[in-house]
Parts: sequence; structure tokens; C-alpha cells
Amino acid sequence: MADTATSTAPAQEKEPFFGKKERRLLTDPLNDNNPITVQILGVCSALAVTTMVYPSVVMAIAVTFVTAFSNLTTSAVRNFIPKEVRMIVQLVIIAVLVTVVELTLKAFNYQIWKQLSVFIGLIITNCIVMGRLEAFAMANKPWRSFLDGIGNGLGYSGILIILGVIREIFGRGTLFAGSPLEIDIIGAGEKFMINTTAPGSWFSWYSNNGLMVLPASALLIIGVIIWIQRSSNKKLVDIS
Amino acid sequence: MKNPLINFFKRIEPDKKNSPFLHTVYEGFFTLAFTPDHVTSGKGVHIRDGMDLKRTMVMVVIALQLCYIFGTYNIGHQHFLALGEYQNWWQGIHLKIAYGLIQLLPIWVVTHVVGLGIEFYYSYKRGHGIEEGYLVTGALIPLIMPPDIPLWILTLAIVFAVIIGKEAFGGTGMNILNVALLARVFVFFAYPASISGDEVWISGLDKVDGRFIGAEYGWAHQFFDSIFKGVGWDTFGAGKQAVVDGFSGATPLALAYQGGWEKASAAYTASDMWWGLIPGSIGETSKPAIIIGALMLIGMGIASWRIMVSMVLGMSFMGLLLNWWGATPFMEVPWYYHFYMGSFLFAMAFMATDPVTAAGTQRGKWIYGFLIGAIGLIIRVLNPAYPEGWMLAILFMNVIAPLIDYIVLQGNMRRRARRAKVQA
Repeated sequence: MADTATSTAPAQEKEPFFGKKERRLLTDPLNDNNPITVQILGVCSALAVTTMVYPSVVMAIAVTFVTAFSNLTTSAVRNFIPKEVRMIVQLVIIAVLVTVVELTLKAFNYQIWKQLSVFIGLIITNCIVMGRLEAFAMANKPWRSFLDGIGNGLGYSGILIILGVIREIFGRGTLFAGSPLEIDIIGAGEKFMINTTAPGSWFSWYSNNGLMVLPASALLIIGVIIWIQRSSNKKLVDIS
Repeated sequence: MKNPLINFFKRIEPDKKNSPFLHTVYEGFFTLAFTPDHVTSGKGVHIRDGMDLKRTMVMVVIALQLCYIFGTYNIGHQHFLALGEYQNWWQGIHLKIAYGLIQLLPIWVVTHVVGLGIEFYYSYKRGHGIEEGYLVTGALIPLIMPPDIPLWILTLAIVFAVIIGKEAFGGTGMNILNVALLARVFVFFAYPASISGDEVWISGLDKVDGRFIGAEYGWAHQFFDSIFKGVGWDTFGAGKQAVVDGFSGATPLALAYQGGWEKASAAYTASDMWWGLIPGSIGETSKPAIIIGALMLIGMGIASWRIMVSMVLGMSFMGLLLNWWGATPFMEVPWYYHFYMGSFLFAMAFMATDPVTAAGTQRGKWIYGFLIGAIGLIIRVLNPAYPEGWMLAILFMNVIAPLIDYIVLQGNMRRRARRAKVQA
């Protein structure tokens, strides 16, 4: 025991600031260990907020912020937390960060805060945050925990934005609606690039897909993403 | 090898190694024309019967033909009824059938081309023979769609239902949900305007300034016109007539929801509803055609009579219960008239009895059918958002069916274990 401790200790000190392992912490959650499609965490908020891209992006940034900094903070104090109350300590840390996010949004972008409503507050219960704290931050150093938090936040963000884009284009015919970047692609009205009600329009048959506005569609799309991912990624072959 | 047809088939057989996709397609059609000459050997416990999956499926398709014939006629009949022409059912039959064919054929062709295309592709990819599940699905889907369904919506619905509902689970026989109903439920939730409300059940009407007028007839109608003119029968003409006064296009169910049986029967007589001269999905309206089809299925031992009977019992029970409650006019509709309106019989005969998605045990089938009947009527009568309940009730019970089977099996095992203990 003592031998291994002394032999590994110098090796840890020599760890590079941003080496191969650190890079893997960032890239793994994007595909091989995606929090939504592989760990199946955080699905609830992915269903609820992704009817449009803009709220999804805001939500994604918020969750990335919370995972990253809660990982960092928890990892920094991990040696002082008594095992019996660690959940409560973690929750307090998450709650503080979520409150910061919520107040910031309320102050600087009230519209989007109203749109996301309760789901910003519910980041506290997002399984990704708690899951990463328990699985990673409690056992790793702050810098690597921080990277892990960013990585998982980005993995979550990727899926959220894919969902948001698909659901908004087919459900409403717009993209980034509500933001300054708003693009109106197809629909009934003058403001759309393809106006289906214009006389002689080639797209007069088109109508928006009502299923895409329902949360169920997000579940179906996540299922299809998982299907595509598992059939193209050899590391995810089901061994059960 | 005396049969010239089989010689022809053997001659055109593509090479399996060089063109596997063509070979898959070839095999699909070959086994449709002939049963395979190799059969299960005498050893083992397998059933040895000429009735393979293909033959079973074809029997269901045959049982559906009366619904097809009547549906074709009824599309045209409803169209002319709305325009105030050929009011009696025997008038202008040739026009009505021609009109129905023009509406129905594209739907049928799209259903089969899209669905079979996906089926062929997946069979080829998996290296299986082509499975015939889609023959029945493809025969059912046109019958449960409104006559004016846009073809691109139909295509999307079929792609969704076949890929997500069937191929993702492993193909024919592995699906949890009824594929035809999944296609319909997709249209129902994704494009509700094209499958619900009062304006979609009668074909060929345009809405201009809030009033219906007949749509202009296309080239297909003119083609039929040229034939009818030659024979000396009535022709379609140019179209664009106004509809009759007081026309609403509402189905009996929609009327019954507003004002009970009085309102429904004021617009459509009970005998019209029975024979199927009412607006509705293409194949669901004619009760005699469906009952003959159902009897055929029972006689040939394909569909389960237990499910059908228990579904009737379930609906009658719930109907009586609602009659007794009687809070709204719709609840007071006499329970037996619920058989006349809507698609109960079609759902009973062809949808609920799907052997793949229904419960498998005998006792399970009774529970399964009864619950579909009861839940479906609850959705129909008590839910203002959904005018008809069988689609949702059957899909719901499809999901529950494995649980029912599990409970029945566990109950049986417990009973036998108890009996064994007593005797020992």
C-alpha cells in the first residue's frame, strides 16, 4: 500500500495541464458517453424545452454552466464533506449556481426566462448535474472535474440543439424564433421565406407537423438519434 | 415442372450473390405465387400446414375486399350527395365508383409503394426473406384514412409507422403496436386538420369564403367522361357546383356529440348508418361489409372470435353504464346505436384482432377485448378532444397486452402449483 502510494504520487504531480486524458474528458461525452443518449440522464428537460432552438440554447448554456461549476466547487471541497451529508452539500452548491443562473436570466433576458419558466429552476433536479458530482467530482481533482462538467454540458447541449432545430423547423417553420437571429423558413404569411399562402406557391400543400410541438416527438427523435448512434459507433455495441 | 409459370419464375431468378437486393425482391414475389416445396420434416413438434404466413395474410386481404368495394362507392356517393346530385344510392353508380377509384387508387398505390419499398429494403439489409406483414398493413391503411388525405402526409405517416413502429423492433411479428393504427395516429397528432373535424370526410369540396363548393374535376375525371359519353351515360361535367343548403359534412358521431341521437338521426337515418351511406374514413362505414369480413376471418380461423365477442361485451357494458349515468345528450344515446356510428366494427374485426399485438393467452384475449371496448367508448363519449376512441384504445391496450398475458400466465402457474400441493 505504502509503496504504491509513494510511486503513484509523483506521477500525478507530473500530469500535464491539458493532456490526452483531459481532452478525452471533453470529447467523450460528445459521443461515446453522451449524457442523454448513452447515460440516459436529463431526458426530462430535453423533452420540455426543445420546441424551439433559442430556449434550447439558453438552457444548454445554463446547464453547462451549472455542471461545470458545481463539479469544480464540489471537487474542491470533496475532502471536507462528511459522507453522510454529501448529497445535501451537493444540492446546496447546485442550488446556489441555479439561483445565480435564474437571477441573471431574469435580469438580462426576461422574455426567455418567462418562456423557460420552471425549467431553469428544475436544473437542480437535472440528473446530469447530480450524476456527474457523484460519479466524477467526488473522486477527482478540481481542474479535471471542471473539464468533465464542461464536457457533459456540451454533450447535453449538442443533443438539445439537434432536437431544437428539428422540432422548430418542422413544428413551426422557423429557426431561432424569439432571438435577433430569427429566420422564418416556411409557413403561412408574408414574413416567411417560403410563403405557403402566396398565390401560385409551389408549397401550398405544406403544413406544419403538430406532433413536433408535443413533447412526445422529442422522445421519438432521441430514440432515432440513439438508433443512429449505436449503429454507427462500434464502442456502443450492446453487451447486455 | 409442368407449370409454365413456375418455369418462367425459375428462368428469371436473379443471382443471389451478385444482386442480393433483386434476389430478395424476387423471392418475395415467388413465394407469393407458390408455396415453397421444402416443408418442415416429420420430426419435431412443428405444425405442418400449407397455411404459411403469406397465405394467412392474403386471407385477411381478401376479407377486406368488400370494404374496399363499398368504400370506393361511398367516396363518390358522399361527394355527389353533398352536391345534391344522384341522391338515391342506385343513381349514378358508375360516376360514384369512377369518382371513388380516382380518389382511392393513388392512396392505395402510395401506401404499397412506400411501405413495400421500406419492407424490401430492410429485408435485404437483414438478409431475411421478405416478410408479408405489410400486405395486411398496406390493405388496412387506405381504409382508415379520410378520402382526401394528402399523399405526402400519407407517405410520412407510413414511413414513420413502418420504420419506427415495426422495423426498429425487428420486423414483422416483432412490433408492439399495430402498424396501420400507428400510421393513422401519426396523421392524427401531426396533421390533425387533415383527419379530424367536419370538413375532411367528404371528398372533392373546396372551401371558398366560408362556403363549400365542389372542386374542379381533373384530367382523370375527363378521361372517365370520355368513356361515359361514348356509352351514353351521365358524365361528371365541369364541377364547381355549390353544395346543397344546410350541408355541414359532420359525421354522425360529431352530430351525436352535439345533440345526442336525435341530432344524429335527423341527418342520417339508422339504415343509412347501417349500410354505410355516411361520411367517414374510407373503409369503416359499411357494417354489413365489415361483418361479412369478420365472419370470414373467424371461419378461416385467422382472427380471434374471443377478442371480437369480448369487445362487443365491453362496449355494451360501458354503453349501458353511460346510459344509466346520462349526464349529457351523447351519454343518452342508446348503447346499441353506438355500433352504428363510427368505426367500432372495423376496429373490432380488423384492428384489435391483429395476432401480433393482441394478447396471446385465451383468458388474456377476453380481458384485452373487454378493456378495448370499455376504454374506447369512454374516449368516444367523455372526451371532447377526440371524436372517436378505438384507435387510441387499441394502441393503449397493445401496450398493456404483454402485461395481461403475464398476469394470466402467473395466475395459471399459481393455480397449478396449489393443485400440485394438495394432491401430494
